[in-house]
Amino acid sequence: MVDQSAVGRSFTPVTAHVEPGRLRYFLNTLGEENPVYRNADAARAAGFTGMPVPPTYLFCLEMMDVDDPFEMFTALGIDLARVLHGEQSFAYHAPVLVGDTLTFRPRVTSVTEKKGGAMTLIGIRCEVTNQDGVHVADTARTIVVRNEVAS
Amino acid sequence: MTASGDIKAGDRLIHKVFPPITRHTLALYCGASGDHNPIHVDIDFAKAAGFPDVFAHGMLVMAYLGQALTDAVPPSRLRHFSTRFVAITRLGAKLTCEGTVTELFAEAGERRARLALTTRDDRGEIKLEGSAVVAL
Repeated sequence: MVDQSAVGRSFTPVTAHVEPGRLRYFLNTLGEENPVYRNADAARAAGFTGMPVPPTYLFCLEMMDVDDPFEMFTALGIDLARVLHGEQSFAYHAPVLVGDTLTFRPRVTSVTEKKGGAMTLIGIRCEVTNQDGVHVADTARTIVVRNEVAS
Repeated sequence: MTASGDIKAGDRLIHKVFPPITRHTLALYCGASGDHNPIHVDIDFAKAAGFPDVFAHGMLVMAYLGQALTDAVPPSRLRHFSTRFVAITRLGAKLTCEGTVTELFAEAGERRARLALTTRDDRGEIKLEGSAVVAL
């Protein structure tokens, strides 16, 4: 079971490229037709210097370009079948645009046991910077681990 | 948000209904999102993990909510977006995303609004509860 010793642990930083083809696949999957994400003129009219990404796409970029998407679970000894997503948040500081190269730096910020050890909540925060060193966003997620409890 | 000066607490800014979630959607989202956890696409894996079937990625549901949000609010005005995943979203669920203004305030030198967000399925069950902060 994951314990307090995991707090403060950081993982390999992820470098992710915002590629137009992959973004289009994401937009098509979601039926996203907002021209601001699909048309350069519409994006410019909305105040962007390039094509922006949808609000949750940062989460995807981190997972797509990581060498081992489940590094954290393996390192902490968590079985993927026992993992649920509890909470997710994004704080946006500057635009993320097609063509950007982003760096994600995830770290464990909290470990909390719930229901007498039946669940462990793991808080992970991640600072996101772009190719110019601009701090574009912060993401935070809570992972719920359903522990095996002896009956 | 066309006339942001007129916005007040209690206004419902967001309402969007999405088509039912299919196995195909989950397969596409698995590739499109980079979230390759088999629990969302492989029924054998899902059953071995104690679930009756595959179920939607929480982040797929949040992506729909994000779409409803930036239909109503220009993405350049979005400052913060967070959700709690309240319940698992089953196959076939037809999701409705809604958002209501709860508060107007000043922060970082701009006028901002806080929105309360929900995503429900077609049985009225809450799947996601969240909030957003937008600049007016």
